[in-house]
Amino acid sequence: MTQLALVIDLNVCVGCHACVTSCKQWNTSGWAGPMVDENPYGADPTGTFFNRVQTFEVGSYPNTETVHFPKSCLHCEEPPCVPVCPTGASYKREDNGVVLVDYDKCIGCKYCSWACPYGVRELDEQQKVMKKCTLCIDRITDQSLSERERKPACVLACPTSARLFGDVHDPDSEVSLAIRERGGYALMPEWGTKPSNHYLPRQKTRMHISEEELQRADNPLTKEDITVYTGEETLDDVTW
Amino acid sequence: MHPAFSVIFLTTLIGAGQGLFLALFTGQLYASIKLIAPQTASFYAVGSALALLLLVAGLAASFFHLGRPERAWRAASKWRTSWLSREVIVLPVMMGVVFLYGLFHLLGLTQPWFVAGDGALPIDATMVLGFIGVAVAFALYVCTAMIYASVKFLEEWHSPYTVGNFVFLGMASGFMLTAAFSAYFGNHLVGFYGTWAVILTLLGLATRIASLLRNGSLKHKSTLQTAIGVRHRKIVQKSQGFTGGSFNTREFFHHQNPETLKLVRIAFLVLVFPVPLVLIGIAYALQSPTLPIVAFVVQYVGLVAERWYFFAEAQHPQNLYYQSVA
Repeated sequence: MTQLALVIDLNVCVGCHACVTSCKQWNTSGWAGPMVDENPYGADPTGTFFNRVQTFEVGSYPNTETVHFPKSCLHCEEPPCVPVCPTGASYKREDNGVVLVDYDKCIGCKYCSWACPYGVRELDEQQKVMKKCTLCIDRITDQSLSERERKPACVLACPTSARLFGDVHDPDSEVSLAIRERGGYALMPEWGTKPSNHYLPRQKTRMHISEEELQRADNPLTKEDITVYTGEETLDDVTW
Repeated sequence: MHPAFSVIFLTTLIGAGQGLFLALFTGQLYASIKLIAPQTASFYAVGSALALLLLVAGLAASFFHLGRPERAWRAASKWRTSWLSREVIVLPVMMGVVFLYGLFHLLGLTQPWFVAGDGALPIDATMVLGFIGVAVAFALYVCTAMIYASVKFLEEWHSPYTVGNFVFLGMASGFMLTAAFSAYFGNHLVGFYGTWAVILTLLGLATRIASLLRNGSLKHKSTLQTAIGVRHRKIVQKSQGFTGGSFNTREFFHHQNPETLKLVRIAFLVLVFPVPLVLIGIAYALQSPTLPIVAFVVQYVGLVAERWYFFAEAQHPQNLYYQSVA
C-alpha cells in the first residue's frame, strides 16, 4: 500500500517560510475555496494555514543552535483524528494514505482538532469547517501535470530542498532512503499515532585534521629523511 | 482548553435533565413497592416536562458549538467509532423516552399488565418505559463523559474519574432539582429526594476530589523534546511562525491568569458541594418550599463553574508548539 508523506530535513531548513506562503497561495486558490483571512491588514490578523515554520533555540548561550521547524499534518498511519469524527468527514484515503476532510460533510464540531496532538487542524473562520494539509491532493493526483510538478506546493517552493516527498512504504523511495540512512524520526512517538511525515535531524559537519595532514608529503621544504637504516627489513629485501 | 459555554451548558443541562428523570422513576419505583406514598399523575407529567425542557435546552446549547449546525444530522453516522456520534443518537432517544414516560403518566395509562415478584411489583407501561429510560440515561451519561475521557491526548480528562464526575454530578443536580420541585409542589418527597441528592453529591465530591488530586500531580507524556524531536534539556521556542492569532492559539488556551483558575476551583468546590448540602438540610428542618430551589440553583451555578474549570484545566499537547509569539 502506498503512504505518501513528507520528509523534512531540519539540517538544511533555513526558516524562510517559502513553504508557508506557497502552501497558502496554492490552497487558497483551489477548488475547495479560500483559506480565509480575517482582518489581514488590521491590528489582529488571523487566518487559516496548513503549514507553519516555527523556530526553536536549543541550548544556552553561547552553545546554542537555532532549529527552524516546519509543521503541517503528519498524515499519521494511525490517525487519531479520524475515528472521533461523528460524520465521517475526516478520513484517510485508502489508495495513498493522505488524511483529508470532506468539507461538505464537516459540521465544524472541532472534536478532531482535540484528538490531534500536533495541532495541525484549523477551523476556517468563515467556512466554519475543519481544514488541514491535503498534501496538495489536487496536484499530486493530477495526471495532466508533468511528474516533476506532481508534488505538493511546499516541496516545489523550498529553496534548499529541505522537503522531500514520496511513498514512505516503498523501501527504495527517496524518502524511505532518507529516513533509513539519515536517522529520520517521528514527532511525539509516545502516542502511537505513527506519523508518516518524518524529520531528518540536524547534523554537525565536523572536519578532523591531524598534524600530519597539515604537512604536505611532497613538501620540497621538508628536510630529507636522512635516517640511516641498518639491518631492518626494507622494501629492498622484497623479492619481486 | 478554551471553555466553550455551549458545551458547558449542554453537559450540565442534560446531566440535570437525566438526573431529574432518574429521580422521578426512583420515586415511582419506591412508591410501587409501597416504600413511599404514591404521587399524582401531574407530578410525573410536570417533572417529565421539566426534564424534557432541560434536555432540549442542552441540545439547543450544543448547536452553538457547531460551525455548520444545519448539517448536525450527519453526526449520527459514525457511532461505531465516535462517542460524539453515539451521544447524538442517545440524546434524542432519551428525549423520546422522557416524553412518552410523562405522556403515559398524564394520560393515566398506568394499569398494571402483570404483577411481578409474588404480587410485589406491578408492571405497567410507565414502569417498562422507566426501566428503558434508566438504561438510556446511564448510556447518555457515559457517552457524554466518554467524549472527553476517550481523548487520550487530554490527559486530565483521560480517566475513569471523568465518567464518575459526569454521572454523579449530573444525577446529584437532577435529584436536587426533584427535591426542589417536590418542595414547590408541596409533597412529602423533599426528604426522600434530598437524601438521594446528598448521597449523590457526596459521591460526586469523592470522584471530583480524586480527579483534582490526580491532575494535580499529572506528568504529561509529551514534552518540547518529543514535540520537535531534539534531545536537549533546554529548548526555548523563539517563534510560533506568526504574530497574529490562529485557531491553535484560540481553541486550546483559556487565556485566563492562574489566579482566576484557582478562584473558579474554589468557587465550584464551595457551590457544588457544601452549600447545597447545608441548604437542603435546613430546608428539610424548616419544611421550606423555596430553599430547595435555592439549593438547586446554587449547585447548578457551581456545576457551570465546575465544567468551566474542567475545560480550562486540560492542557493539550499541541500547546507545546505555541509557547512564544516571536
